[in-house]
Parts: sequence; C-alpha cells; structure tokens
Amino acid sequence: MGGRANRPPDHSCFSFESNSMLYFLIRRILAMLLTFWAVSFVAFLIMELPPGDFASTRVSEMSAAGVRVDPEMAARLRELFRLDEPVLVRYWSWFTRLVQGDFGYSLAFNMPVRDLIAAQLPNTLLVDGVTLLFMWVVAIPIGIYSAVRQYSLGDYAATILGFVGVAVPNFLLALLLMWLFYTQFGVVLGGLHSQEFADDRLSWPALRDLANHLWPPVLVAGAAGMAALIRVMRANLLDELRKPYVTTARAKGMREWRLILRYPVRIAMNPIVSSIGWVLPSLISSATIVAIVMNMPTLGPLLLNSLMVQDMFLAGGVLMVMAMLTLVGTLLSDILLYWLDPRIRISGR
Amino acid sequence: MTQRLLLSVADLRTHFAMPDGTVVRAVDGIGFDLHEGETLCIVGESGSGKSVAARSILQIVDLPGRIVGGRILLHRYESGAATPRQVVDIAQLGRTGPAIRAVRCHDISMIFQEPMSSLSPVHNCGDQIAEAVRLSDPRVGKRAAHTRAVELLGLMQLRSPDLIAKQFPFELSGGMQQRVMIAMALAGNPRILIADEPTTALDVTTQAEILKLIAGLQRQLGLGVIFITHDMGVVANVADTVAVMNKGKIVETNRLRTLFDAPQHPYTRMLLASTLRLESPSPNKTTGAPVATGIAPAEPLLSLRDITKVFGNRQGWLDRVGHQVRAVDGVSFDVGAHENLGIVGESGSGKSTVARCILGLHRLTSGSILYRTELAQTIELSGHRRFAGDPIVRDIRMVFQDPYSSLNPRMSVGQIVAEPLLLNDGLRGGALRERVAELLVLVGLEPRMMERYPHAFSGGQRQRIVIARAIALKPRLVIADEATSALDVSLRAQMLDLLLDLQQQLGLSYILITHDISTIRYFCDRVIVMHNGKVVEQGTTRAVLDAPREPYTQRLIASVPRPDPTMRL
Amino acid sequence: MSDDAAPQVALDPATPRLRGDFGETPMRLMLRKLRRHRLARISGVILMFLYGIAIFADVIAPADPNTLNARFTYAPPQTLYLFDGWTLDPHVKGYIVTVDEVAMKRTFTPDPDTQIAVRLFPATAPYLLWGLIPLRHRLIGPVDQRQPFFLLGADRLGRDMLSRLVHGSRISLSIGLSGVALSLLVGVVIGGISGYVGGRTDMVIQRVIEFIWSLPQIPLWLGLAAAVPRDWTSLQAYFVVTIILALLGWTELARAVRGRVMALKGEDFVAAAWLDGAGSQRIILRHIVPSFASHIIAVATLAIPGMILAETTLSFLGLGLQAPVVSWGVLLRDAQNIRTLASAPWLLAPGVAVIVAVLTLNFLGDGLRDAADPYD
Repeated sequence: MGGRANRPPDHSCFSFESNSMLYFLIRRILAMLLTFWAVSFVAFLIMELPPGDFASTRVSEMSAAGVRVDPEMAARLRELFRLDEPVLVRYWSWFTRLVQGDFGYSLAFNMPVRDLIAAQLPNTLLVDGVTLLFMWVVAIPIGIYSAVRQYSLGDYAATILGFVGVAVPNFLLALLLMWLFYTQFGVVLGGLHSQEFADDRLSWPALRDLANHLWPPVLVAGAAGMAALIRVMRANLLDELRKPYVTTARAKGMREWRLILRYPVRIAMNPIVSSIGWVLPSLISSATIVAIVMNMPTLGPLLLNSLMVQDMFLAGGVLMVMAMLTLVGTLLSDILLYWLDPRIRISGR
Repeated sequence: MTQRLLLSVADLRTHFAMPDGTVVRAVDGIGFDLHEGETLCIVGESGSGKSVAARSILQIVDLPGRIVGGRILLHRYESGAATPRQVVDIAQLGRTGPAIRAVRCHDISMIFQEPMSSLSPVHNCGDQIAEAVRLSDPRVGKRAAHTRAVELLGLMQLRSPDLIAKQFPFELSGGMQQRVMIAMALAGNPRILIADEPTTALDVTTQAEILKLIAGLQRQLGLGVIFITHDMGVVANVADTVAVMNKGKIVETNRLRTLFDAPQHPYTRMLLASTLRLESPSPNKTTGAPVATGIAPAEPLLSLRDITKVFGNRQGWLDRVGHQVRAVDGVSFDVGAHENLGIVGESGSGKSTVARCILGLHRLTSGSILYRTELAQTIELSGHRRFAGDPIVRDIRMVFQDPYSSLNPRMSVGQIVAEPLLLNDGLRGGALRERVAELLVLVGLEPRMMERYPHAFSGGQRQRIVIARAIALKPRLVIADEATSALDVSLRAQMLDLLLDLQQQLGLSYILITHDISTIRYFCDRVIVMHNGKVVEQGTTRAVLDAPREPYTQRLIASVPRPDPTMRL
Repeated sequence: MSDDAAPQVALDPATPRLRGDFGETPMRLMLRKLRRHRLARISGVILMFLYGIAIFADVIAPADPNTLNARFTYAPPQTLYLFDGWTLDPHVKGYIVTVDEVAMKRTFTPDPDTQIAVRLFPATAPYLLWGLIPLRHRLIGPVDQRQPFFLLGADRLGRDMLSRLVHGSRISLSIGLSGVALSLLVGVVIGGISGYVGGRTDMVIQRVIEFIWSLPQIPLWLGLAAAVPRDWTSLQAYFVVTIILALLGWTELARAVRGRVMALKGEDFVAAAWLDGAGSQRIILRHIVPSFASHIIAVATLAIPGMILAETTLSFLGLGLQAPVVSWGVLLRDAQNIRTLASAPWLLAPGVAVIVAVLTLNFLGDGLRDAADPYD
C-alpha cells in the first residue's frame, strides 16, 4: 500500500563496458599492490620478533639445535642484508630484494629461499586448487538440494554434516583418517608422491599414484570449508526462493528445477563467488595445518619448520608468498563477480 | 452480448497449515465467473485473501498454502467456436506437472505488484520476455523469440523497445518495469490476465498510464482480466464486475454501477463510505479560514526561504565521483498557526526531504528556515543544535510513516511515550506515569497498554502510539510524513479524524506530507505541489485541487482515479 | 472491519506469528523462542556441565594431572563395574603387566582377580581447590590411592588421561571465553564507532578490517605464536595466546557490530529519539545497544568455538602453550605419532572433548541467533 516507484532511467549510465572494466581492473590491482605492501610490514614484524638479530645469535642457536651452518655464509649475509643497520633500512633492503625475486637465504637448508619455495609452490597450488574445486563441486549441489527440499531427510543429513564438519578441527580429522587407515589397512597416509615415481612424474601410473595421495589432504582440508559452504548456500538460497521473481518464473510456466537453477540459484551464487576471496585465506590456513600433519611437501610445513628453528628469511618469504596467493585469489573473485553481476558492472561500484 | 465464459470458480478454498498447528483459512469458499472482454475487480483490504485467491488460480500459492477444495474451471475454445472444446479443473492439477504448466504458458498469465522484485535482476528484459515466448512455443528459435520480445515491448507503447530489451530491470523506472512484466505476460497469447495490484507500488501518474494500457490491450486482444486491488478509485475506473472480499469470503458481487449506487452488504457499504468520506473536506475541521490569496498567512509559524538540499557531493578517493542529487531545489513556503498545510508529490519529488530538513534530520545545502516561537522570537532552524529542553524540540514534532520501524521494539509503549517527557519536562515516577496515561487516552488507547511492547499491537494502534509520542510535549507544529499511507482506507479516516481532534484540543498546526490527493482534500487547508525538488504550485486546497493552473498539477489531479464510475480517467 | 483491536494474523506464511505474545518483554519472548529450539536447549545444558567441570576440575579429576607413574605408561582404560555379583560395589579390575624386554614394551591386560574398590569422595592427598581452598577429598577414585585408576587410560608418562582431560578443559574452555571477551571489547568499540560515525572514519576502519581479513590467518598465528619465548611462564603464555587469538578474531565481531549499528542508525525510532532531544550517548546506550545486544551475544557465542579450535591447533603444533600447561591441544600433541596412536587410541579422548564443546557452542549460538533475529 502506497509504496514508491523508482526514479526515471538515467541514460547517462550507458557507459562503454570495456572502459569501465579496465578502470575497475586498474583500481583493484592498485588496491592489491597496496595491500601487498602493507602485508610486508606484518611479515617483517614477525621476522623481527624473535629476540636477537639474525646472524650470530641465529647461527649459534641453530648449531645448538643441531643444524649445520656455514659461518662464512653468515658473515656474507650480515653484509648483504645490512643486518647491522637500523630497522627501517633492514626492512627496505629486504622488501626491495623481495620484489625483485630475491627472498633471502635459508640458513637451515643452506639454500636461497627462492629455490625452496619454488620447489614447494607447484605442490601447494595443486593441493589448494584441487581442494577448492572439491569443496565447490560437492558443497554447492548439497546446499541447493538442502534448501529446495527443506526439512527433508537429506536436508537434516546435510545440516548435521555441516555442523560436524565445522566442529572437528582439521588436524583431528587428519589424525583420525590416518589412524583409521593405519589400523584397518596398514597404510600410512601422507606425502604426495611415492618413492618410485620420483623421476617419472607425468606417466599414468605416476598420476594415479598422485591421485591416491591427493585425496586424503583434499578431503580433510576441504571438510570444514565445505561444511561452511553448504550452510551458506542453503541460507542464501532459502532467502532467494522466497522472493517474488521466483513466483513470476513459475507463473510463466517453467519447470520447477529449471527455474530454480536459472534464477534463485544463479543469484544466490553471487555472494558465494564474491566470498572466494575470503575463503582463500582460510583454505590456505587449513591446508597448512593438514599439510603439517600429513607430511605434504607444500608451503605449510615449510613455514612451520622455519618458525620452529627461527629461520626468519624463509619464514618471511613463505608468508609473503602465501599472502600473494590470497590477494591474487581475491582479485580473481572480484573479477568473477564483476562479470557475473550486472548490477555491479553497470553502476560501477 | 454473448461473451464466452472463460473461467468459472466455485467454492474455492485455500488453507495454510501453520507450523504451530493452526490453520489459516485465507480463501474460504469463493466463487465468480469471468467472460471474454470483461474486467472483474476483486477488491478488499489487507488480509482479505484476495492475493491468495489470485495465486490459487495459477496454483502458485506459497507453501504451506494448499487448495483444499472447490473448482477452478478453465474453458478452452477453438477460435470462433461458441462452446469450449475442453474444460479443465485447475484445482485438480496440482502445483507442478505439464498440465498446470500448459495453463500457465498458454491460457492464463499474471502480473504482480512489485515489478522490480518480480523480475530477475541478473537477466536483461529482452531475455526474460523471450524466455516466456519460447516457453509457450518451444519451436521458436532464439533470434525469433528475441524479435517477438521487441515487438511485444513496442505493443506496450514504449519508445525504443530494442534498447529497453537490452537493459536490466533495475535500470528502468517502475512504470517501464511494469510494462516489461505485461509484455512478458502476453508472450504466450493468453486469454486471461490476472493483475495482482499492479499499480499499487507506482506513482499516480504512472498508474493512470498503466491502467489505460491494460484497458487498451484488453480491448485489442479480447482478454478477460481479473484485477486485484484495494483502491475503490481504481475499481471505479477499470471494473465491469466487482467482487468484494473480506476475511477469505466474497461478501458481494455485482455490476460496477449497481455496486456503487446500491451496495448491499454492510462491509461493502463501510468500504465505500470510508473511501467517499475522503473525497471531500472533513466536517471536523475547525481550522481558520484560509487567506484569500492562499499564499502567505499573516504571521507565519514557519518560513522556508529558498531551501536547497543536494545529496552525494562527496567524492571518496579511489571511488568514482559521487552521483549528485538535488532532492530539494529552491523551495519556499510559509506555514501559519492553526493551519493544515499539505505537501503533495510523487516519489522523488523531495517532499519527505523537506520535512526532514525542517526537523534537522538533514542539513541544508543552502537557504533558511525561520521559526517563530510563542514569545515571538525568530529562530533559524538550519544548523540549529538540538538539546533536551530546547523549545524547538518541544514545538516541532514528527509522526512517522512506518508504524513498525518508528517504535523501538525493545522499549515498552510507556517508555516510548515517556522518553520526550523524561528528557524535556524532567518528569519522573508517578507524575510521569500519569502523563503517559493521559496521552494514551487522548489517542484512544487504554492506559494499561503502557506495559506492553510494540509487537503486541496492530498497525493502527501503533500509529496511535506514535501520535501520542508526538503530542507529548504540547507542540505547536506536527509534521506527519505519510502518516496514513500504510493504513487501510477504513483506518485512514479514523486516524485523520484523530489528528483533527487533537488539533482542536491542543491548538496545533500540521504539515501533512502525502502522495494521496484525497487525504489532502480531506485534511488540509492549503496545499503545496512538489515535483523534482521544486514547488510547482501552491494555494488553498480548493483552488489547487479543483482548478489547478500548472500543467503538472493538472496532470497529477487528472490521474487520480475517483471512486465514481461516472468519472473515469 | 479492520483489526484495530487485535494483532493481525499474518497471511504471509513466511512470518508465522507466535501465539499469545501480548504482554511479554522482548527478553522473555527471546527466551521462549530459544526454549523451543530443542538442540540449543540440550546444548546449553551440556555446556553448563562442561564449564562446571572446568571450574571444579581440581575436585572432579581423580588424580593430579602431572603425577607421573612410570609403571603404567600407556595403560589402557579400565572399565568401571558397578556391581560385584549382586552387591553394589563399584570397582575396576587391576592390571596384569607383561614386559617385553626385546621390544621394550609393556602390555596390560585386565586382571579378573584383583578388584580395586572405587568410591565417591575418597580421601586423597591434600590439594588446593583454585589454589586457595585446602581439600582432602576428590569426586571419585580408588579407596586405596596407591592403586591404579585410569578410566581413560594413561599417557606415555603414566599420567591419568581423565585427570588431564578434566584439567585441560579449564584452559581450553576459558581461553575461548577470554579470547572472545577481548575480541568483543575491541570489536564492539571499533565496530560501533565505524557504524555510528560513518564517513571517512568508517572507510578507513573498513579498509583495515579488509586488510586483516585478506591475510591467511594460520600462517600469521604460527608466526606470532612462535615468537612467544619459551622461557615465559605459563600464565604469561596464556595471556599472549589470548591476545593473539583476539587480535585476529575481532574483525568478524567488528563487522557484525558495524552492520548492526548502521542498520539501526537508519531506523526511524533512532531518529525519533534524536527528535525527542536525546544526546548521542543516550541514543547509543538506551536505544541502539539494547537492540543489538542479543544479536551480538549470538555472534560472540558463535565465535567461541573458533577460539577453542585455534588454541587447540596452536598447542597441537607445539606453539603457544607448552607443557606443563595442560590444555586439550597440548594433550593431543601426544597423539601425533600414528603408530603410538594405533596402540593407544585413548589418546584421542581430548579430541572428542573438543568436538563436543565446539558442537554444543555452535548449536547454542545458532539457537540464540534465531531467537534474536526474527524479532527485529
């Protein structure tokens, strides 16, 4: 009763799509670079937290912890990274080298940090990527079914699955899975490759072996995220299903499932797509924990190890790489959302 | 004239089984007939079940609603044949399945109240209409469907239909969106069109256009139209036959003229009486005779001089330039003591913004608002800082539009009404309770209601609470922003009478903001017409409403559907 | 006739009305809705039980959590029998210990002949409840305190798992509360300011929050937790861990508060209060806060499990809290080795405790949120 109509159309919003897309992209990339820079402060802070400066104290501590260190290397490092100079200079030298690709040197592994990371990065991307895919492919249909058939048996099962998935800590799930397999099948889960395929990575048997190794961490790392995704999808879709445009589609004479997929699901997906950006940090987090428990050759365990022995260049480098992954993911999700939702595209917000 | 029978409904019952076990009988045994070329209006107030009835016909009632009994007989004809080749009982068809889908695609179409939310926000208009085309005839290819979509948009009297087809619903105005909906509804060449309050959410001028459009299409295509509405004025303008619904039952059905001239059922009579009551000035008005020229009262209570309010002129860094909106653009008028001033306009006219500027809820971009206190002091309201006990806080009060959001759900009624008294008069304890009780009685509520919380009251009662709060400090000027728009017509007159009554007792002035012309006619002495932030015309109610000078005002007045079948738009 | 006298029956089935909600205060209405949510009710009871255990851990645990007993390393759990034949005589069976010299392993089997009588409130070695009150009895235990009593088995140093579990609940559950309390403090203030003041302040704060959100949390926790020096006392470590958790968790609360405050600020009743002459302080405290309090409580309750999980994870990885502090995470650290776990699965008991705590908190929080929501 007595609601109000919209304002007359503003014809000036016939912007050229390509232009505004470019503008949008530039703005987002700039924001991303700014954030990256800000993250470097935090990473550097963490690097600086352990008491004492890098070289001598580290060297002596690490030898005490049983790690062999080359003293000449240490001396050169002091020079190279200006370890005797004030904080800001140290930061600046580290950061400038970082953006040029020089992540520093790992005293624990006796290798440039970059090489270490490069060795683990593809694995990390593989595991994280497959986990993300798995989460989506499983969670979204379950979420849709759960919302459409609300209060059915399937819905309750999915809800319970959702709750349990969120309640069980990642590492516990990993432990349970490993324990189960060990006691029942005598198999030790973990790692990414079996020894015999070390040289022959791309043959079919090697890939099959990879798949065999891949599913436990993917399952565990994805479990909590999947559970959350199911709940979000269900809630979003329930909201959308009540909206008037669904009734209109029904009144047009569309088949029930077809109209659900074409309209409310499509719209309920928007917030989920835009949330990829936020899901990524948590995914990288949970993947880290799982990787540590299951001995995966990825960045997570590398980070933990470096922190344990206070190999700070390595720690800082890994942190920055992880942050970069997150930021790129956020950017991609923003672009995806821009493409999916005309409301954002046209009003440019 | 032997028009063919298209739809015959008998003893239709749609019930909702609620989770707590009760059964809501939304539609409880209704029946009517619809013929070709005929417009049947189903009219009723909120809660009468008219919308559920309309949705039952297409089996699109939201769960847990179900048709539990009755017949909905759809008659299908070969072209030109006098007897139906098939009669289908829609009530038996169920909510899903090819049979009911066939009905939705080919026989009956429906348009809805809120076109913005009834169209998909992520598909463009052309695609949505084309989809309807292809649903009714799957053999049609994509391109052909799109062409037909553009054709249909052209039929809606839209300029540049091909451009509109490419746009998204949120880019269009309400009237255009509704045309898109109608085009979509006609895509399957239906014989029957159900219109569920299609113009309720639109401006009066747009409403007139859409009503004309529907009437024209009906004539052109020989449709049967079922028109759901709550507005007797609309009924008078579109109906051939009228069915009055109340509490799930149809209390009276008749031809239009007969219903208006000689209503049978008491409910119909009450409905008509309430509506017609608002068609002329209230007999309860005892406010001062308007000044002859009707422009400037002698010693105005409030003077607005050339006020302007622009929104959105701040730019964020890394954001695009903010979109600027001149909500109010050089408005000037006066309000006298003991006078009722009405500000009327459509959406976007700036009338609400003016009210909020007077109250200080928005800061003026430029201009001044001068207020004369009782002691003949003049205070500039723009930029005035309010504080407890300030004469401005006491003297100028507001009655809000939405009785649901203007009462704090966590405070009891007593606490809500007591708040201004607490802050300004410093009343406490027993004295406070007494005063609150007094105020509640004054607005027609019982004092014991002060212990209760807003959620326990109906819309009408809540509005009274809002009024009680507004008059608590014995103000001199009360601004009522669409105070009665959310109420049913039967309540509206009551509420306005209450306001007039209070005016007599307390010597108030009112500024009434509304979009509804009949409210102005009933309540106000003088009226200001606003459009796009500017004052278009002002004068006595009589002068402006009966003999408008400006073309916009003329169009506005002419668009209002009068509840009189002899005065069609 | 229009229903001026009675509340309207909602014909929109999406918002069914509760019966008889005439004179109820909003709080009572919310509690009533909560009570209908069976799962939340059960969870509430279980949580009270859990926190009760945490508070009275000293009494409830059969033994001191750090008492070593080298003879009973990895002893399996003993079954508690209530009856001996027909008489009521709670007892557990003793162990037959076989030592394998070659594999250096002990194997325990229950000895059907030894019976260790178990009673409520047996006399034990004196201890202090909460470090203050001297007591000489515990809740349950063997009459002869020198006998082994391991209802949940023993760990690698022969320490009673049940006692450790019970004491661990104290740390794990309380850190959840303190972490959330701190987050709440920071989050409400910052979120409130952001929402109420709006404008540039809001924008800046939003950017900061987005920045924090875009960081991968666990790596940062690991970094911060690793920086906790090993030689700090357990109390200091506890505080630092709490701060770390809160530091990364306040953003979610701040966002929720901001959203709520912004929505409320735009409500007509807030404008009405301002028109009544209320100042900012009164508006915030009297009008806005009561409206979002219940919602924020729900959000806070839902944030506790996250904190518990975080602490558990950190301790499990060896960061943050260390032995001799007993938390569920520290306990689970002993379960890292798969082979050990295979032969002593009772080491996973703390995991069950974590799951139960997190589940019940989630259910309760969900129930609170549902109860608080449809009202506004």
